[in-house]
Amino acid sequence: MTARLLALLAALLVLGLLPLLLPDYFLHIAVQILLWGFVYTAWSLMGRYGIVSLGHGAFLGIGGYGPALLWNLYDVTPWLGIPASVALAALLALVVGYPATRMRVVGHYYALVTLALSQVVALTIIALRDITGGSLGMTPRAVGFSWYALQFPAKGQFYVLALIVWLAGLGVWIWVDRGMGSKALEAINEDEGAAAAIGINVMREKLRITLVSAALTALGGGIFVQYLMYVNPETVAGVGVSLQIVFAAIAGGMYSLLGPTVGALFTLVLTEGLRIYFGISFIGAANTIYGVLLVLFIIFMPRGILGLIERLMTRSRRTAAAE
Amino acid sequence: MDIYLLEAVINGVLLGGVLALLALGLNLIFGVVDVVWIAYAELVMFGMYAVYWLTNVYGWPVLLACVAAILFVALLGVLVHLLIIEPILGSAPINQLLATGGLLFFLQSLATLLFGTDFRNLGIRLPIIELGDIFISFSRLLAFIVALLGASALYLFLSRTFLGTAIRAVAQDREIMGLMGVDQRRIYLITSAIGGGLAGLAACLLMLQYDVHPFIGLTFGPITFMICVLGGLGNMIGGFVAAFIISQIIAISGYYVSIEASYVLAFVVFIVLVLIRPQGILGK
Amino acid sequence: MLTLTDISAGYGSFQALFGVSLEVKLGEAVGVIGPNGAGKTTLMRVISGLLPAKGGAFSFEGRALTTLPAHRIVAAGIAHVPENRRLFPRLTVEENLRMGAFLPSARRHFAERLAWIYELFPRLEERRRQPAGTMSGGEQQMCAIGRALMSKPQILLMDEPSAGLAPLIVDQVFDLVRRIRGEGFTVLIVEQNVQQVLEVVDRAYLLESGHIKLSGAAAELARNDDIRRSYMGI
Repeated sequence: MTARLLALLAALLVLGLLPLLLPDYFLHIAVQILLWGFVYTAWSLMGRYGIVSLGHGAFLGIGGYGPALLWNLYDVTPWLGIPASVALAALLALVVGYPATRMRVVGHYYALVTLALSQVVALTIIALRDITGGSLGMTPRAVGFSWYALQFPAKGQFYVLALIVWLAGLGVWIWVDRGMGSKALEAINEDEGAAAAIGINVMREKLRITLVSAALTALGGGIFVQYLMYVNPETVAGVGVSLQIVFAAIAGGMYSLLGPTVGALFTLVLTEGLRIYFGISFIGAANTIYGVLLVLFIIFMPRGILGLIERLMTRSRRTAAAE
Repeated sequence: MDIYLLEAVINGVLLGGVLALLALGLNLIFGVVDVVWIAYAELVMFGMYAVYWLTNVYGWPVLLACVAAILFVALLGVLVHLLIIEPILGSAPINQLLATGGLLFFLQSLATLLFGTDFRNLGIRLPIIELGDIFISFSRLLAFIVALLGASALYLFLSRTFLGTAIRAVAQDREIMGLMGVDQRRIYLITSAIGGGLAGLAACLLMLQYDVHPFIGLTFGPITFMICVLGGLGNMIGGFVAAFIISQIIAISGYYVSIEASYVLAFVVFIVLVLIRPQGILGK
Repeated sequence: MLTLTDISAGYGSFQALFGVSLEVKLGEAVGVIGPNGAGKTTLMRVISGLLPAKGGAFSFEGRALTTLPAHRIVAAGIAHVPENRRLFPRLTVEENLRMGAFLPSARRHFAERLAWIYELFPRLEERRRQPAGTMSGGEQQMCAIGRALMSKPQILLMDEPSAGLAPLIVDQVFDLVRRIRGEGFTVLIVEQNVQQVLEVVDRAYLLESGHIKLSGAAAELARNDDIRRSYMGI
């Protein structure tokens, strides 16, 4: 127990000191891994219980555009703007989630409804181009280093912020995993009717996890936009990013704590690697490979990279024990 | 009635024709194989590129290029089933959906790699028909007529032929198909080919009216899913009807507000309707 | 001749048949009787190919069928009228019959066979355009039998044709079986209605808990005291 605790603390220390050790470029990658890892983890809170949403782009988009719009139009600090957008995203999740759960919209139908939802948000953003800049995107008004505006031109502070947020996300995952809700959701996933019959409040459990997932995703979106100082509908909303979230979470392993983060690591390293290798001459190479990989993962490795590693480790542990 | 509203309504009907064709293809495959091809619109996109490439790069006559494109996408359909669906036929339906999602990614990016992000156009200028004060583009009218012909051909095939009857039967009782001497695998492959062929036909009709680019699937793909779910997933007639309802919503709200708002409205209407009646308007 | 040798089968870890052997000669009518859960339906499904056998083998006219998929077995001349009819509910009567003639060899003669079935079952002709799911139980049974006959099988497997039907209709169904026999078809019937089925078949097997307990001429079994007590309420 103490050995594990020490190892954990050591890892945290290393992570915390990274800004001092890494050059800017790698720090940039690290921040993205942490933030995307956070978002993917948020999605996997639903995905691991069989509630597959193809519409998390909706929440990411609201979380991303909300604070930026409030800041640019009304000078509202992101410290208020982000919680407000998170609340809006949660409200949207509630408004759609309640009837969906009530009417037993699951599986294919649920996936398609959520897909439509992400389209609604993306299209709305584009339609309101006078305010949002449409497909060209928008930038939050830059004011240099400012705690009030949550803008830090240097990467170090954002790194720490991203690290904290990411750890908080892991904390939420552990909290959900250890709670009674987890067992209930597993039962619901197994057989919703039977679960209801033994007294599980399906509505409450499903809505609760949906709200948490949506809220966290929106939070991730808000911080992301503050970091990148740019947002456009393609990168935070719509079908494309929704599928990207699903893919990364599955690739990394959506049933484990660090799986989604591994997925973020995997996809980001792959993208950057391809970009460096191919340059601009092969735009689309990364996604082509993603597409193939997603299909291959679904067929051969549905529990993702981490799942595969875990399986291999249990097998080697078992053979070691047998000897 | 306001003449421009009438024009919008008519255009809505014409738009509905191609959407109905798309919905038919998707519903056919879902009804038989029980999988939603999330990448269906991307197959159409490749069909559109096929038409473009054959006519503009190889100089084929348009009609021939269209026939080739239909066969090409039919082949793609078979490949999709063989390579992606068949290996995971036994696993959870959501896995199959996600696998076709991966295909969507793949096809979009492959198109970007192969063709670049430029918009490509067939370069054909078909006349505009004038009926009083209403302007109707001939290509749109032609697309509508061909779409209806395609739908009728499908209907006749499904109702009059042995194979067509078998395809309808599989959706109703999969297990005993073998007792009828039907090789299930063959039915799946044939259905995938027909679904692909319908997508190819839709591609030709769309190419007459629009430009193609790697992400064009996102403009009509989600709408097609909406239409199918609204009509009841797998319900061919439901999808057919829903296509015209949705296209009218788009056309009329496009007239009163804006095109972009009309799409948002269509999606919102969809979400509301599905949450009230998940099995769709004509669902079982 | 259909020969089953030592057939074992089951579902997952549950075994339903233990080394079942039986035979059906061409021209015969053979019955398999036994209580609920004895494995009678499992037996039918193994023969028609819906369920793979876990052990043993069976052949028809010298041709091994054990590993063949269902659609090849029906092509070999064995048609199965499934338990609970299993008509395609939203297809019309005629479309269901058409499905029965899906095999290329049957398709060629579709028109004449359809006419023949309508002659055998005039009620079906009356309802030819009616969705099969809307018909009464007895009519559905007629349609299911007709559908199987469309392929002019050499052996007709019938799985509990009287199940769920009113007594009057049950009589009609067994009359039907007699007529089919009269037309020269070989029949293997699995039934719970022991009394009636023994009046219609030449021979019968008693299947209990997946084992063949008894076999012999129908008349003999009908006189058997145990059978009379356990299955005929006498």
